[in-house]
Amino acid sequence: MSTFFGQGVANLTFIYYLLPSFMRPPNIVTIRELSKEYRQGEINVIALNNISLDIEQGEFLTLMGPSGSGKSTLLHIIAGIDRPTKGVCRVQDVDVTKLNESGLADWRNQNVGFVFQTFNLIPVLTAFENVELPLLLTRLGAKRRREQVNTALELVGLADRSKHLPRQLSGGQEQRVAIARALVTDPKLIVADEPTGNLDSSSAQEVLSILQLLSKQIGKTVIMVTHDPKAAAFGSRSIHLEKGELIN
Amino acid sequence: MTTVGFIARNALRNKRRFLLSVSSVAVSLFLLVTLQVALRELTNPINDEGSTLRIIVRNKVSLAQPLPARQLPTIERIPGVAAITPFSYYGGLYKGDEKFTSFAQFAVDPARALDLLSDAKVPPEQLKAWIADRTSAIVGKMTADRYKLKIGDRMPFTGQIYPCDLEFKIAGIYEGTADDRNVMFHQKYLDESLGNPGTVGTWWVKATSVEEAPLLTERINKAFANTSAEVRAETERAFQLGFVSMWANIKILIGGISMVVVFALLLVTVSTMSMAIRERFRELAVLKALGFRRRELFAFILAESFGLATLGALVGAGGAWLLYRSLDMPKLTNGMFVVFEVTPQMLALAFSIAAVLGLLSAIAPMLGVARTSVVQGLKTLD
Repeated sequence: MSTFFGQGVANLTFIYYLLPSFMRPPNIVTIRELSKEYRQGEINVIALNNISLDIEQGEFLTLMGPSGSGKSTLLHIIAGIDRPTKGVCRVQDVDVTKLNESGLADWRNQNVGFVFQTFNLIPVLTAFENVELPLLLTRLGAKRRREQVNTALELVGLADRSKHLPRQLSGGQEQRVAIARALVTDPKLIVADEPTGNLDSSSAQEVLSILQLLSKQIGKTVIMVTHDPKAAAFGSRSIHLEKGELIN
Repeated sequence: MTTVGFIARNALRNKRRFLLSVSSVAVSLFLLVTLQVALRELTNPINDEGSTLRIIVRNKVSLAQPLPARQLPTIERIPGVAAITPFSYYGGLYKGDEKFTSFAQFAVDPARALDLLSDAKVPPEQLKAWIADRTSAIVGKMTADRYKLKIGDRMPFTGQIYPCDLEFKIAGIYEGTADDRNVMFHQKYLDESLGNPGTVGTWWVKATSVEEAPLLTERINKAFANTSAEVRAETERAFQLGFVSMWANIKILIGGISMVVVFALLLVTVSTMSMAIRERFRELAVLKALGFRRRELFAFILAESFGLATLGALVGAGGAWLLYRSLDMPKLTNGMFVVFEVTPQMLALAFSIAAVLGLLSAIAPMLGVARTSVVQGLKTLD
């Protein structure tokens, strides 16, 4: 796994933002005047309205806001699973809005790790196989794949559960397998849509700690949607959306 | 994990549905193959080596009209005739058979008949005994085995076409023809029982060569043109195909049933695949999010659908092939079906249908997957 930031750097957030821009890590996500509208029956819904946002490499950004505020839509556009109506969304210098369907799929496989609220593991595959799934799209051999899967599972503390099916795992363990799956291709960006929404507080704590560790110690950029201020506290920065607009 | 393993796990995730789906394809294709085998058996007469040389001469008016026995010397003199025998279908009901006797009985001239039945093997002493006794008959081995008949036994028949009942003493048992079921007895015995009307059912003529056969049919037809008993001579093959043409409605019926079977099968498979994919819409959306492209998801769906249909074909058509190879169909069907063979063409047809089914049943789920974005897929079922 790549290590971008050293341990503890994220704790210096305050000083860090006082640094001149050339001394800061580069932006991994650059969003400019991004809007998303869609029709719901006869009504035109503005999900995002002229959003501009920069996310730096290694940040643990939390997106907060009430239901329907556009936070998940913003996350989906950054992750390349939804398209904006207008605006620019550059992730690692690639304008994801310009990629075609197939190019976007390849890009997602190489650059984005997904963690969903409902875990979304494939029920007929073991934890190991679920984590291995994104690697089937790469040219890695079986041995290399095995090594990467084992590393990812060790990182989330589930090496001993690799042969278990999702139904044999607790909710917290399932979500940790999902995090391992998100990590296994070594993406720079991990997006998490309310990853603790279906977990008890103890499991939620575990999952958030892992996401924090990924950001702080391994240098992954984590963008997490959450309603929970306690969960948001694990992030290095929090932004709020309301009615499709950034509040702060 | 391999891609094939992943597809297999998905296909087997609901084992009961998988088994039922494969069974429905298997049973349908088994039925389809069985219908095809039966149709072939009904419409493809059995031919032996001698059939290319044999010519059937019947009354031009209809097969039911007899021919005068006096025609024999005229036909014998026609160039190209190697052998001739009267050949009259008796059509009796064998004692013990209630409605239908599955083997035919033919009145022939024993001394002449074996020249035409070149494939039949009868021990010489049995042949001698048959020729010597006017009330005797030779019986095909299949019939002898089925009724446990042996030489010296008597076979009583009730006349269904001719107004006379006959009883034969078995003088010999023949085998080696393509259809060892028939009973051959003396034309003279039939004649006497009917009060010597001086008629025969048909003439069975052997041509001197295959090239001569079509010319000979013309000569025979010409020889009796404008007589009181005009004839229609035709090769045995043409004669048999004339019978086959009477099966036309059966062919349409079996063809219709086969089409209904295939259509019902298509509906079942499409519905199964649609259900299987609909249940996994969210998972497919997740796979898309992970970087799987549409074409990879299509390949998964197609492989699953194709695999299910092919497995069904393997069980159904392969099962039919194995079953009919191992069963004694003549015995089971009272001699109605003799060969009942699943041909490679029938297997190819079954597997082709399975392949098309696999393809067609994958289309709807593939369109569904193509039309649904990742976000829609996740939202719909989250």
